[in-house]
Order: sequence, then C-alpha cells, then structure tokens
Amino acid sequence: MTDVGLKRLPLEDLHQAAGARFGGFAGWSMPLTYPAGVMKEHLHTREHAGLFDISHMRLIEVSGPGAAALLSHACPLAAEEIVERQSKYTFLLTETAGISDDLIVTRLGPTRFMVVANAGNAEKDAAHLREFAAGLDAKVEPLERVFLAIQGPEAWAALSRAGIETGELTFMTGFEPKPGWFMSRSGYTGEDGFEIGLPEADAREFVAKLLEDDRVMWVGLAARDSLRLEAGLCLHGQDISEETDPVSAGLLWAIPKRLRSEGTFVGAEALHKEIALGAPEKRVGLKPEGRQPVRAGAVLTDEHGQAVGRVTSGGFGPSVGHPVAIGYVSTPLAAAATRVFADVRGSKIALDIHPLPFAPHRYRKG
Amino acid sequence: MTQTYYTEDHEWIRVDGDTATVGITDYAQEQLGDLVFVELPEAGRSVKKGDTAVTVESVKAASDVYAPADGEILEANSALSSEPALINSSATGDGWLWKMKLSDKGQLEGLMDEAAYKNHIG
Repeated sequence: MTDVGLKRLPLEDLHQAAGARFGGFAGWSMPLTYPAGVMKEHLHTREHAGLFDISHMRLIEVSGPGAAALLSHACPLAAEEIVERQSKYTFLLTETAGISDDLIVTRLGPTRFMVVANAGNAEKDAAHLREFAAGLDAKVEPLERVFLAIQGPEAWAALSRAGIETGELTFMTGFEPKPGWFMSRSGYTGEDGFEIGLPEADAREFVAKLLEDDRVMWVGLAARDSLRLEAGLCLHGQDISEETDPVSAGLLWAIPKRLRSEGTFVGAEALHKEIALGAPEKRVGLKPEGRQPVRAGAVLTDEHGQAVGRVTSGGFGPSVGHPVAIGYVSTPLAAAATRVFADVRGSKIALDIHPLPFAPHRYRKG
Repeated sequence: MTQTYYTEDHEWIRVDGDTATVGITDYAQEQLGDLVFVELPEAGRSVKKGDTAVTVESVKAASDVYAPADGEILEANSALSSEPALINSSATGDGWLWKMKLSDKGQLEGLMDEAAYKNHIG
C-alpha cells in the first residue's frame, strides 16, 4: 500500500476506508479490488452502477486560436469539423503510424478542447502536444482533477439523484456542467456511463452523495479490466502500442475517411502506405475453449503448430461466463475466422476467433 | 489424530498418519480474489517439495501452488473443476486441492503451526 515511487490518488484515503486492495499500474498505486471482489464488482456494474476512480488518467486542456489546428496535426483527426460537445476517439501516432497513445478529444468551445490521455502516457503526450503548440498559438495545459467514471444502466439515475442531470448528453458527447468540471457520456466498460473530472473538494462531496445510493458501489481496476475486455476495448500498452497501427488494430473507423488517403498529420505517410498495402496481421477477439484463461503473451499457432499470432489481453469474462481474450493473428486467418491454439503450461488450448465485443455494448446513442 | 501445518507460501497441510490433505489458506484466497479455474494434478503423480502441484487462476492472473512435502498425489478435488469458487468460499474445507501420501514426514518439521502462521501473516 505504500509502494515507494508510485503516485497516489488524491482520494486514496477513501479507497483505504472502503477496504480496497492496492496494486501498481502505470506508475500509480491503484485500488484493484474492494471487499466485494472482482466478480461482484464486475456484475454490479453491468446490472446497476459501478464507481471507478480513474484519476490516474489525465485531462489535458488544449486551447487558443490554433487549438483545432494543433490537434489536427498531432492526431489523425479533423478537429475543426468537431462540433461543440462532440467527443472523438483518436490517437497520437508515431512517424511510422505506431499508436503512441489513444485519446478522447471533446470540443468544449470555439477555441477549447479537452483531451483525455492514458496514465502512463500523459506526460509524454503533453510534451508531444506542446512541441506543436508554440508555432500554432495554442496552449496545452494538463489539469489537476479527480477523475471518476460511473458506469452501468443505472448510472444516469444515480447521477440524477446526486443532482447531476444527464438528459441532454448522448454517447460520446461532453461538456462542463460546473466551473472546473468536465463530464462526458463515455467509458471503458461497454455500458452506458459517464466520466467526470472535477476538483478534489467537489469530488469528496460528490462521491459521498453517490455512495449513499444502493445502486452505486466502488469498482476496482481488476473489474475495469474484465469489463473492457468483454467489451472488446483496447488497453494501450497491451492491445495497441507503438508496435501496432490503426490498420492492424482494426481501429480505422476512428479516422475520418478523407484522412485515410490524404492529410499531413503525424504518421500520415506511413498510415496511408499501411492502408494501401494492407496489414499483415489483424486484431481479433478470441474465445478459449473450456474454462482455462489464456493470458497476454501466449503465442498462437495453427493446427500444424506454426506460429500465427499472439494474445495481447486475456482473462475471464464474469458476464459471459467463459474466458475471453484479444490478440493478433495473420490477416488470412483473421478473415477465415479459423481456430487457433495456445500452449498454456503444457496443455494445448483451442481458441475460436470470436467477433468483438463479447458482451454487447449498451451505449445511449440518443 | 490430525495435525495441520502451514507454509510460508500460504498453504495448509492437514496430516493424518502418512497421508495429507493440502489447500491454500483463507488469507491466500483473499489475496488471489475470485478464482475461475483450477488446474488439478493427476492421481499417481510424484511430487517433490517445492514443485508446482496446482495452478489456480483468478479473473486477473495465474498463481502456482507448491507441494509442501515430497510424496505421491492420491486424489485431486474434482469438485473444483466445475466450481473453482469453492476455494474462495471454503479455503480450508470444501476447497481443498489434493490428497497425497507423504514419503518423508521429517519435512513437516520446518513448517509452521497455526499460531506461527497467524504471526507470519500479521
């Protein structure tokens, strides 16, 4: 609980009081589970509302006359075309079109955007964005906020009880409901839900109010991982990284059509080439046969024992009731949806290529 | 007359004559969290103290359970194949892992009794 060198969440004392078990993730000491346990926390989120402390992730405000131009250069994004309140899933790419982070960008106003960056990449991302800021009359400002997610079919009702009305928000839109607050209808579970950044003092009051509600319980990072895995959502550093690109990761949908063949954003040339040539491997869902999970790092082979891919995330899906995994296989195999195999401690386990998500998305699209 | 010993790796071993039942402690199951799969040993397999006898898988990770002494596996708890969560609900009862015949009871000398184990986990 007192790992040296790990950053501590501003609300750590609340998690301690709630009986959380902590572990290190992306340089942060994070609540992994609470006394209810990962299984109950996961299922509660799918049925009611799970409250997650995601303050390890970073809100970065990008503002100024050149804000849209900056984002359109740094990301494969048409930032000037994003309407106010709209959120877009996008990336920071390397020059070789590797994914150096995945982001959500929301337009707050004519010259202001909110960027949500992953914990382990946030400092690098802010520095990277700043490199372009000077020449473009824009400001890049990482914010000190508590960041919470409330996810599940009863999330909106719990927020309403706590005094936050969400009626106007649909999936992938966001706004600033109060000074210093940022709220979007989005998440990492496949459920309807919200992510809310707010000052620490407000957060303490807000969390207390939410937890008075029986529909709401704290949910730790372990269930956050099993929820996103069932939802087929990528974890940066595992399922996507600088070694993978949006084509092989199956994330081209996040890039506007026009930018798939033109544009001068960072990584454009390599991306256009990758699109034209086709990716040699593709990200797929994998369903192991039986009950034994196949974990990240497992090598996938075909029926002849030839290596054809790898597992990048794997675990057990409490809602679907079987093991689930995400990985990469060679493009012809991905298309054929064939069976592949993994060796787990000497046992050969068959995995079927399975459509993603494993658990249906239940977003409120309006 | 049975006697229960504990290892530093959070296993319990309940000894009755020259046979023993082995499982993980309540503390260990709490640390591991909800278990979803148990890889059980074959009856008849010989194990040496420190060998991996069983692997338990939680939602997040796989963890090995070591043989606390030399011997031969007599039986694995087959109920765990369909219900691994028995280890969470009853780590020292219905959630036992395997029974074994001990070949060197002298190895038990170095293990902890309940009071020492409680002290070990603080």
